[in-house]
Amino acid sequence: MSLLEVTDLRVSFPTSDGLVQAVRGVSFRVERGQILGIVGESGSGKTVCTQTLLRLTPGADVSGSAMFDGVNLLTLSTDQMRHIRGAQIAAIFQDPLTSLHPLYRVGWQISEMVRAHDKSVTKAQAQRRVVDLLTQVGIPQAARRADDYPHQFSGGMRQRAMIAMALALNPKLIIADEPTTALDATVQAQILDLLVRLQREYDTAIIMITHDLGVIADLADDVMVMYAGRAAEYADRRTLFYRAHHPYTKGLLESIPGSTGARERLVPIAGQPPSLINVPSGCGFHPRCGYVMDRCIDETPPLITVAGEGDGHRSACFLPPRAVGLGADAEALRQEAVAVNRTGRASAIAEASAPAAPAKGNVA
Amino acid sequence: MTGVTAPAQGGAFPDGAPAGDGVLLRIDNLVKYYPVRVGVLIKREVAAVQAVDGVSLEIRRGETLGLVGETGSGKSTLARCVAGLHPVTSGRISFDGKDITNLSRRKMQPFRRDIQMIFQDPYGSLNPRRRVGSIIGEPFTVHKIASGDERKRRVQELMERVGLNPEHYNRFPAEFSGGQRQRIGVARALALRPKLIICDEPVSALDVSIQAQIINLLEDLQSEFGLTYLFIAHDLSVVRHVSDRVAVMYLGKIAEVGDRTDVYETARHPYTTALLSAAPAADPDEAAARQRIILVGDIPSPLDPPSGCRFHPRCPKAQQVCSKTEPALEVKPGDPETHRTACHFPVEPGENLARAAAALRAAAEPTLG
Repeated sequence: MSLLEVTDLRVSFPTSDGLVQAVRGVSFRVERGQILGIVGESGSGKTVCTQTLLRLTPGADVSGSAMFDGVNLLTLSTDQMRHIRGAQIAAIFQDPLTSLHPLYRVGWQISEMVRAHDKSVTKAQAQRRVVDLLTQVGIPQAARRADDYPHQFSGGMRQRAMIAMALALNPKLIIADEPTTALDATVQAQILDLLVRLQREYDTAIIMITHDLGVIADLADDVMVMYAGRAAEYADRRTLFYRAHHPYTKGLLESIPGSTGARERLVPIAGQPPSLINVPSGCGFHPRCGYVMDRCIDETPPLITVAGEGDGHRSACFLPPRAVGLGADAEALRQEAVAVNRTGRASAIAEASAPAAPAKGNVA
Repeated sequence: MTGVTAPAQGGAFPDGAPAGDGVLLRIDNLVKYYPVRVGVLIKREVAAVQAVDGVSLEIRRGETLGLVGETGSGKSTLARCVAGLHPVTSGRISFDGKDITNLSRRKMQPFRRDIQMIFQDPYGSLNPRRRVGSIIGEPFTVHKIASGDERKRRVQELMERVGLNPEHYNRFPAEFSGGQRQRIGVARALALRPKLIICDEPVSALDVSIQAQIINLLEDLQSEFGLTYLFIAHDLSVVRHVSDRVAVMYLGKIAEVGDRTDVYETARHPYTTALLSAAPAADPDEAAARQRIILVGDIPSPLDPPSGCRFHPRCPKAQQVCSKTEPALEVKPGDPETHRTACHFPVEPGENLARAAAALRAAAEPTLG
């Protein structure tokens, strides 16, 4: 049995502007000790998806199921959920400054959490545990620093404190939502290094949410790419980077400046991210897709296994299953499919989303 | 970016020596301290944040100088001093051959046309209560260049040039997405046909796919208008993509400066090496093969920077002399004239710092091993 099995999760928020469809049917699994990466842009639904698992989305309409260790997280009472949150599923958020209470000492905040979940722990025991945890996450002079307030910590140290708090009760799953986005590169390297080491030591599963493909390439086992509230592609890390199938994944990979320093022009994804109130019909990506075909406009592509890759690699795209990777063969397959399956309406969309030649307007 | 624009006068700069006419901006020994004062009525200066401490740099016409460094390195302070937004403590900034250090408001006015800025946060840098047309057209009014229909025409031209729909002239910033807002910021910076644009983390707040759109736009505009960029970013792959030369800052000082390929491929300063090894690569095999240099601790406080070389407490190669004598920014043996490094013990080609760094870290954080 998987540690976490999410099936057809749908989350929407009624607002005065209309119904915001943040997550539109997402299914995934996390095994014990595994790191699942979820990648996507702002508004792709990646954060809402995991916050719903923690029941941190009040006011949302939620359907589907999320079986965690045999219980459905989505139907638990508030009280039952309180025993799971923190103790079995912990969360690390992007901005450690807003996740720590500014008026309480860092050590107190961690010990409070330990004692809230286990009333039999004495203050002195909790204090020892705090110092132990802070030492483990690499905070120097932990006994003294435990008495500091969050503002006395640097950004990297605050994130370490958050990790210490997440580890305090030996959770089975840690949800890390952009844990290093607010940090500098060298600090990010320290934090990722720490997370992986702790994950191996305790065999904790991690869901790592990020928009940074570099972080994914470093540490994820499996990766789910989200777009407009759905999974666009699901694969293990190497397959995703070297044998991507979905045009959105391909677009993401191509828009990163090459690490080899080539000066070639970047290939951005045309257009803007979609509105979640008026989600495009059919495939959510079709208005920005360079390979849009007629059926993409009305039919929603299911997340199906891409042939010849085992059943681990799945993609929600109508392009031929064999068209994987950034190579010329795959490109030929894609072009061939597009040539046959694109007529009137799809051609107009493709033209609109094609990268426009820079206008030569003379300014001033 | 692409070396499309030839320098206005003079030829190329084969050796990169300070060529007179090719230099658009020259910064000499720039110092910027922010005093820390205590007391209510009688304020006593008790300390100073040494944000920028003796930086010399030059930017040539038509080139892009990338400036990298982490939070607290002083890169944004440097940019703000150049733009005349903060008075400098000492040192000299000359632009186009004229000294513009601490000019009065009135005397600075003509230079403000030539030096523009693009900011990081496309949400915070646009007034939410003003229409896009008036935001982009503001410089025309301030500098009494155009008004009425002429202003509107020019604004719409600008909007079209940066890839916005000119019909959206009357919309508010809130009606645009992040990428489109950054285009508004670019249009505003471009309005007065500046010579130098300071881009302070222009794509950091944008999604990856939109980042590429804005970078391409900045490159197109550079070749079309012969712009010079000072490009500040913490994303090393973006800086590598756009820059001709790169300067690395650490705690208010330049650690290393040189041509892009020299700095990225044969970095000499241990800090540069660590920074490059820490940047995530979007390639699993490359990520697995790479040996990361994980530094000890955090960047020290600029209120009380370390003695000698400011990087010495975290440096895997540090020796006694590093804590006593500050290394000069100079050309190291074997490097081209354009490549200067401030280090007593520069990294040799093929040298593996990862192991030394791990040992240093084990000593500092015993529980981590």
